[in-house]
Amino acid sequence: MLWDALSLQLGYNATLVAIGATLLGIAAGVTGTFLFLRKRALVSDAVSHATLPGVGLAFIVMVALGGDGRNLIGLLAGSALSATAGLMCLSWLTRRTRLAEDAAIGAVLSVFFGFGIVLLTVIQTMGSGRQAGLEGFLLGSTAGMLFSDAMIIAIGGALTLAVILLLRRPMTLVAFDPEFAVARGVPVHRVDLAMMGLVMAVTVVGLKIVGLILIVALLIIPPVAARFWSERSDRVVLLAGVFGGLSGYVGAAISASAPNLPTGPIIVLVGFALFAVSLLLAPGRGVLAAVLRHLRFQRRVHLRQGLLALAQGHPIYERLTLRLLRRAGLARADGVATDEGRARAAKALRDERRWEIVRGDLAHEAAAALYDGLRDIETVLTRDQISEIDRRIGGPQEVRA
Amino acid sequence: MTGSEFVPLSLTPLLIGVFAAVACALPGNFLVLRRQALIGDAISHVVLPGIVVAFLITGTIATVPMMLGAAGAAILAVILIEAIRRLGRIEPGAAMGVVFTTMFAAGVLLLEQSDTSSVHLDVEHALYGNLESLIWLDATGWASLLDPQALRGLPPELPRMAVTLLAVLLFTLVLWRPLKLSTFDEGFARTMGIHTPALGLALVIVAAVAAVAAFDAVGSIIVIAMFICPPAAARMMTNRLETQVGWSVLFAVIAAVSGYVLAGYGPLWLGARDAVSAAGMIATMSGVILALAALFGPCRNRTGAPQQG
Repeated sequence: MLWDALSLQLGYNATLVAIGATLLGIAAGVTGTFLFLRKRALVSDAVSHATLPGVGLAFIVMVALGGDGRNLIGLLAGSALSATAGLMCLSWLTRRTRLAEDAAIGAVLSVFFGFGIVLLTVIQTMGSGRQAGLEGFLLGSTAGMLFSDAMIIAIGGALTLAVILLLRRPMTLVAFDPEFAVARGVPVHRVDLAMMGLVMAVTVVGLKIVGLILIVALLIIPPVAARFWSERSDRVVLLAGVFGGLSGYVGAAISASAPNLPTGPIIVLVGFALFAVSLLLAPGRGVLAAVLRHLRFQRRVHLRQGLLALAQGHPIYERLTLRLLRRAGLARADGVATDEGRARAAKALRDERRWEIVRGDLAHEAAAALYDGLRDIETVLTRDQISEIDRRIGGPQEVRA
Repeated sequence: MTGSEFVPLSLTPLLIGVFAAVACALPGNFLVLRRQALIGDAISHVVLPGIVVAFLITGTIATVPMMLGAAGAAILAVILIEAIRRLGRIEPGAAMGVVFTTMFAAGVLLLEQSDTSSVHLDVEHALYGNLESLIWLDATGWASLLDPQALRGLPPELPRMAVTLLAVLLFTLVLWRPLKLSTFDEGFARTMGIHTPALGLALVIVAAVAAVAAFDAVGSIIVIAMFICPPAAARMMTNRLETQVGWSVLFAVIAAVSGYVLAGYGPLWLGARDAVSAAGMIATMSGVILALAALFGPCRNRTGAPQQG
């Protein structure tokens, strides 16, 4: 069943939804990356909640004009207008008043949403039975999606992607270093506006599939997941698009494969699964990699300290140190050094003495800054420099009784 | 309107709305000042999965397990946000976005998967509550306030919200000085021997408790609005924390009362027949108050305020 859904063989409607969700996921992931890099991820939450009054107003206006209130284009246009109003309030509050951005986001989000709820109850009491379905915009409703709806979503997603392609350079610049962007003559404010416009486009397009409460997840989770895998912005953008598209596609397929699996939440949960995998397994920034790095560091410290102790004839009490030395063939179980261990220990002690000289000598200041108790001195100084230092230390000396 | 109509139909929802608004606005003051305003947003989203899980475990819509479930979910969310922020080195806003959307999605999924058709539990209810239905049928007029027989028929949300408000009030009063210190100058607070991380967590938990209690009665939309709008509006009125808290309480009360009245009677004045959502209207009114404060408040400008990062 799931396989049928994944290979788009579950019928017309499911296929439409899957394709639409994939395109939406890609557009959302890519757009969200710029927002995330700009550290304004939660602005999308305000935008998405601010669409609700627009949907309600558009419905009321369309019914008042004698049309069908459920015309998707009309509803989406209304939602875009009210999202714009929400964005303008947000930007006015943060620029003109002392409110921090988070408070402004929360204020816009709750007030617009509350007003939207008021409008929804107004619509409920408008008498006609035609209002059914507006609640679907809260959590998305893909059942009974029309071909025209799917087309709107697909075209919207494609247009958003095209605009991103055009604007990717200035947006990257602004996301990373707004001051530098200003100095380069990039109109930062307008680029920010364009970014917000894209977020709004994604939100509006996604209303039908994932709903306005969860669309923010598609804008946040894929970029955060992608960020774990790369330090290069173009790759993060690409990966976020892939993750977003994957969540949309797999989520829509899973939700089509069984009853009672709402599309929006499933898409979000698939995205979260990708995030969890990235958090744990990604090389470099992932948790597993960090744990491994820590263990490797711990082993190096223990080995080094053990060698120094061997060289100076100190007893070793630390079990881990002993075990590491034994496993490396440097010491016996009772803590006595093997031949190789003695050689390595002597080298370690000599290196330590060399470092002491380096750190005491202003001429080696740059090299001395690299001292961390673990670094091999050969990686920092040339052979000539080391032999110069060795000359200063001198050879073994006679010990007078 | 006479007492015999007002007391049974409007007094209790009005009181519950006011209590909920004030209970959220009080911790909201500190959250706004600490730039943690969106914690309220996150908490009100994660309450849903907590309630659904509590329902699935107990099988009934009882108050205590639901509150426990919601509080548990809120605390879990706070822990998860912190863990993701530290483990993944993700900025707090994005970490919050990841956690609360995922938990909300899980809640919706659980709700759809489980058979809740027999009980009144759905997403809409979680979002906008139903303040209007919390009526006091046993009351006949103002005299009922002194009638123990009738008082027993009070909706349970009213005493619960009152107790929550008292607890929040107590927390704010008892920990006033440490809260104030750690909000404005965390480093100084620490040198004074205040355990600031614990205090921050306590504040979030108090906010969660207020959110969960209020959510049960009035839905999460009021919770978010009341956490942020009255304190934000009060912020425009003054530079003193004491005065700000006073203003925020006043604004919260005005928003609750005017929102309730407008939702109940506004449509009638305009010639419509039915009332609109009280929760939505209260949130809208708090927004109107914020807009007015942002336009005319004496301290609305950023002059003297620290620069934004």
